[in-house]
Amino acid sequence: MAKRFDVRRQNGFVSLAILCFFLLYLPIATLVVYAFNDNDSLAIWKGFSLRWFHVAWNNGLVIESSIRSFQIAAVAALLATISATMAALATTRTNPYRGLTFKYAFINQPLMVPEIVTAVALLIVFSRIKIWTGYSGLGYLVAAHTAFCVPFAYLPIRARLESMDLALETAAADLYATKWKTFRHVTLPLLWPGILAGLMLAFVVSLDDVVITEFVKSGGQDTLPTYMLGQIRRGVTPEINAISTAFLLLSIGIVTAFFFVSRKRT
Amino acid sequence: MATASEVAEQAERDDIRLRWLLSAPALLIVFLAALGPLLIVVVYSFLTPGNYGDVKWQFSTDAWVSVLFERDVFDDTVSFATAYLSIFWRSVSLSLATTVLTLTLGFPTAYFIATRPDHRRDIWLFLITIPFWTNLLIRTFAMQEVLRNDGIINSALQLLGIADHPVQLMYTNFAVLAGMVYVFLPLMVLPLYASMEKIDFRLVEAGYDLYATRFEVLRRIIVPLVTPGIVAGSILVFIPSLGAYVTPRVLGGGTNLMIGNLIELQFGQGRNWPLGAALSITLMVIVMVALLFYVRNTTRSDGAHG
Amino acid sequence: MTAMRPAVEANGVTRVFRGTGQDSVRALDNVSVAIRENEFFTLLGPSGCGKTTLLRLIAGFDFPTDGEILLYGQDIAPLPPFRRPVNTVFQSYALFPHMTVADNIGFGLKMLGRPKAEIEVRVDAMLKLVHMQELKNRRTSQISGGQQQRVALARALAPQPKVLLLDEPLSALDYKLRKEMQIELKRLQHETGITFIFVTHDQEEALTMSDRIAVMSSGNILQVGTPWDVYDHPAERFVADFIGETNFLTGTVESAGNGQAQVALRSGAKIRATAAVDFRVGSNATLMVRPEHAKLVKGRGDLCGTIENIVYFGTDTHIHVRLDEGDVFMVRQQNSRSAGCGFENGTRVGIQIGDNAAQLLKD
Repeated sequence: MAKRFDVRRQNGFVSLAILCFFLLYLPIATLVVYAFNDNDSLAIWKGFSLRWFHVAWNNGLVIESSIRSFQIAAVAALLATISATMAALATTRTNPYRGLTFKYAFINQPLMVPEIVTAVALLIVFSRIKIWTGYSGLGYLVAAHTAFCVPFAYLPIRARLESMDLALETAAADLYATKWKTFRHVTLPLLWPGILAGLMLAFVVSLDDVVITEFVKSGGQDTLPTYMLGQIRRGVTPEINAISTAFLLLSIGIVTAFFFVSRKRT
Repeated sequence: MATASEVAEQAERDDIRLRWLLSAPALLIVFLAALGPLLIVVVYSFLTPGNYGDVKWQFSTDAWVSVLFERDVFDDTVSFATAYLSIFWRSVSLSLATTVLTLTLGFPTAYFIATRPDHRRDIWLFLITIPFWTNLLIRTFAMQEVLRNDGIINSALQLLGIADHPVQLMYTNFAVLAGMVYVFLPLMVLPLYASMEKIDFRLVEAGYDLYATRFEVLRRIIVPLVTPGIVAGSILVFIPSLGAYVTPRVLGGGTNLMIGNLIELQFGQGRNWPLGAALSITLMVIVMVALLFYVRNTTRSDGAHG
Repeated sequence: MTAMRPAVEANGVTRVFRGTGQDSVRALDNVSVAIRENEFFTLLGPSGCGKTTLLRLIAGFDFPTDGEILLYGQDIAPLPPFRRPVNTVFQSYALFPHMTVADNIGFGLKMLGRPKAEIEVRVDAMLKLVHMQELKNRRTSQISGGQQQRVALARALAPQPKVLLLDEPLSALDYKLRKEMQIELKRLQHETGITFIFVTHDQEEALTMSDRIAVMSSGNILQVGTPWDVYDHPAERFVADFIGETNFLTGTVESAGNGQAQVALRSGAKIRATAAVDFRVGSNATLMVRPEHAKLVKGRGDLCGTIENIVYFGTDTHIHVRLDEGDVFMVRQQNSRSAGCGFENGTRVGIQIGDNAAQLLKD
């Protein structure tokens, strides 16, 4: 029998795609496998062990920087999501008005500037403010993280708002709902998945940040990524693999949640 | 009593005021902790370096001069700053190479995902998103696991008898390139997929119906249709590659610097903040040029499609 | 008959949409119309004629640039949409996807702050009215298009508005369902006694459902009248052309008066026609003849020509005749089971136009 002609087929594409997935997962798999290595150095496989997870768990610096990471990510993501939600409501579903393009550019600005440049800029400004005010707490990190989280939170919220049928709110107004009641009973419930997606995105982005944190942090303000960067520079033990594996699991968890939230269509 | 048009104008004014009020917090935080400081960087690039980092408030164009030229310590002659230029050149060429390689790998992958049956696409997409959301440092570190002297590649080479002693892969340009391709690959696949998902395969059928070969269908139908995705993906990869800091630092060691690392040096050991500021602005200008190219490209294709 | 108070009145309403730069669109141009209480009133016209704009002005989603809109004699300009006792059935239905059918129907009453018990009773009554009791607790995404249509109707009727606005509500339905809903809408209007203002571009829909029709074109109302009025006595050529199929003939007015006129056609035939306005004797004028009001005869008629095309439509047959003057004239013949239409392509035929079959039109 003649082979059916598949219009979608392109020669070699499937193999390249498989290769791509293989390349994407090979390093991660290696990393995870070696986290379970019962050996002091990474080099040689000595057998399965949870030993390095223990070591990491009992490492005060790891726990401390993890907690700091979560604190910063939670506060920054929340602040970013609230302000991004408000900004998204202000910049969608309207006739163009003076300042609208300016707002888009402004809000998305952190996405367009290389992280290292923002990091350097913040270092310059914050080091001056630290001298003036004498305050050197986590506030600087929270402010910096909030700023670069805003565009990430803004993205899915704005997308959700733009795909929302304007007629729904018109219908609510027609059915005697005031502006506030329309927002509360119609807009907000429909926007909720977008807000949640934005919040998770902002949280992950904050949790992942290395460069800006590295430049803004004061002494003793390591987050988990900056702590790990310092360790990798010094030469590595499987402890870093263990921490990475735990971090990886967390990321997968959040991505999975994100996936389901953003896929939920109404 | 107010006439209808007065009511309408008042409503519009109220609406715009509310819209400014609502966007104020986001604008404020971005201004305070992102955009505002950038303006200060411009100021700093025209100051004199302080003795122990920071700056002296004296106007100077030295930083900008030294971005391009170097002054000989002994006879004060000025020549091109080959060290910095070579780093800029390495950054740009590595970023271009990263873009080309991610496109080569990413295009078939995105196409592969887009041509799966509907219910299975999400799974493949999910497999792309996981690395995307995994900490960049962790992914870079994972690449180090593969590349180091006792890593997978070297073990495999020795096991197969191709090499009898470890090949030095770490701390080379190759390592930086491999790391960046690895790290930025999902950024290429996702926008490519987004535009491939929209391909109307009846157009492809029409192509075959009109005697096109597979390659001609790819070149004359599919590629033109997904051009916006190719451009978006390339920009999304090129820009962060150019500003990459973590990947060259971990995989490139101290010798294979990119612009990002060079900037950092000025704020660390170099203690030359104005130079760091000038280099930052230079980097930003290159990025802006790339973005401008992108914007022009997308608006033009929008126009073409009506 | 007592003087009926208009439910909705538009007086000199103009709406100009300012575009980018110099170009602006006059969506409504000094429109005045009075809509009576309990009437099924239809705004009919091609897309872009301003019918939906007028509807949105009445609902309060948009504001007139000039003129006033009165609801039972009261100027509603200062009232936002949520204070107007007017409800809308949207073209896309705009059902709230995060609510059940019952919650959708009860939404208006809830926003008005009515007690829960009252809302429940009213929602049940509405569900019964539109035959949707079994689907009360379904999500709106889980019901068919026709059912969504009923829910949208029930939702808009639940707060007992004084006027119901319907914005092409049937356009998304397939042909059979649309026919069914036309009858259903007529029944609802009859049972509730609410004034319906119905917007459509479908002339057949307008003719079957309306008490009165306003025919609109490029921001103006050309004619307001009963379906019979606008079909048989169109005021202008546009109305005649837009509603139903029409043959146009040109000729010279020979005598006119008392709504009657005698017109000499180019073929030399003289035809008696009705005229909405008085025409000057000797002026050129356009005559309109509906295809079903003309008769095909073997031999000579008022017009003569050759059959060019015969199109079979099931209930009737359209016969296209090339007149000797050059135009094409169409005649519609009712079909019977026994035989064909009795004519063949290429046959020379005459066309007879009876008294009162022709109408003289303003150009």
